[in-house]
Amino acid sequence: MTKKEKILLKSAVAFAAVYSVAPISNAMHIMEGYLPAGYCIAWGVICLPFLIAGYISLRNRIKENRKNMTLIAMAGAFIFVISSLKIPSVSGSCSHMTGTGLGAVLLGPAAVSILGMIVLIFQALLLAHGGLTTLGANTFSMAVSGPLVSFGVYRLCGRLGVNRRISIFLAAFLGDMFTYCVTSVQLALANPSEAGGVAASVVKFLGVFAPTQLPLAVIEGLITVVILIGLETYAGPELRSIGFIRENIAQKKEAR
Amino acid sequence: MSKKNKKMVFILLLAAALIAAVPLFALRNAEFGGSDDAGSVMVEEIQGEEYEPWFTPVLENILGRELPGEVESLIFCVQTGIGVGVIAFFMGRFVERKKWMKATGMEEPEENMRGNEA
Repeated sequence: MTKKEKILLKSAVAFAAVYSVAPISNAMHIMEGYLPAGYCIAWGVICLPFLIAGYISLRNRIKENRKNMTLIAMAGAFIFVISSLKIPSVSGSCSHMTGTGLGAVLLGPAAVSILGMIVLIFQALLLAHGGLTTLGANTFSMAVSGPLVSFGVYRLCGRLGVNRRISIFLAAFLGDMFTYCVTSVQLALANPSEAGGVAASVVKFLGVFAPTQLPLAVIEGLITVVILIGLETYAGPELRSIGFIRENIAQKKEAR
Repeated sequence: MSKKNKKMVFILLLAAALIAAVPLFALRNAEFGGSDDAGSVMVEEIQGEEYEPWFTPVLENILGRELPGEVESLIFCVQTGIGVGVIAFFMGRFVERKKWMKATGMEEPEENMRGNEA
């Protein structure tokens, strides 16, 4: 399993490299062929360092303890599930969530870039959802910037002493919202409106995505909290192994 | 799982389901198309002309047509299924492990496991 997964990761990286060089990239929400080639390449190249860092981070985690594979697989599977569910929203259109918050909180933002991209490739190839040309841009929005925000929010909440469940909710919620903000900016950069330029376009695209995404981001936050309650209850050793509940151990030891 | 947690999980899932279901009942005339499509409509609005995607999905090229709707939902289901399968498999193992640990009185699973590995 590990070997296969490694090959998978490696080929994913190679995939990204190829796509960022050849002007074919495919994104989550930006449809195939909707970004000019220059932008496709640029977003792909921007993602590369994150993907490489992600590969290294995943490899080290597995090297550290092969059991970490379990949580990595679960975080990836969570993205698979969550991003496959198209949910009706208050704006009268459907959208889906990202599911990257869990992975970002558990494994850090770099690792999620790889997991998220695997899902994006799956959707781009089999579902014509997103696209190969927009893969770079979509990876950046869903698998890089969203998780970065989730991770940052979670860490910040930890510093501020916010209740862990609330901070996980906020991390997943804000990460999801930010993904769509980035998508809006990406579309706006490629399609500046005649009156007002890029900024006006950003507002327009946000107008499309934000109202739709808001309730879904709330759902994503709630579900992420649910799965973490489950993990905290039953997967203590795994969570400790990746350092997620390290603080608690220290506290317990002090208490003893 | 403690009673408090069980209650919490139930409430959270219920809330999530409600948020998803309410628009469907409240907006009876809405089409509920994809917001990705809404995005491409907006591209056309800003550009002021029909946007011709310069690259078509690989699968559509091979098939020579768009993926049929039913097949698309099949593949979405496969995606969900893969994810749920992996999560459920590991969660099941975790739950059973905890039960077993409790039954055999092993309270510190981590130390025990490390011991076994070494």
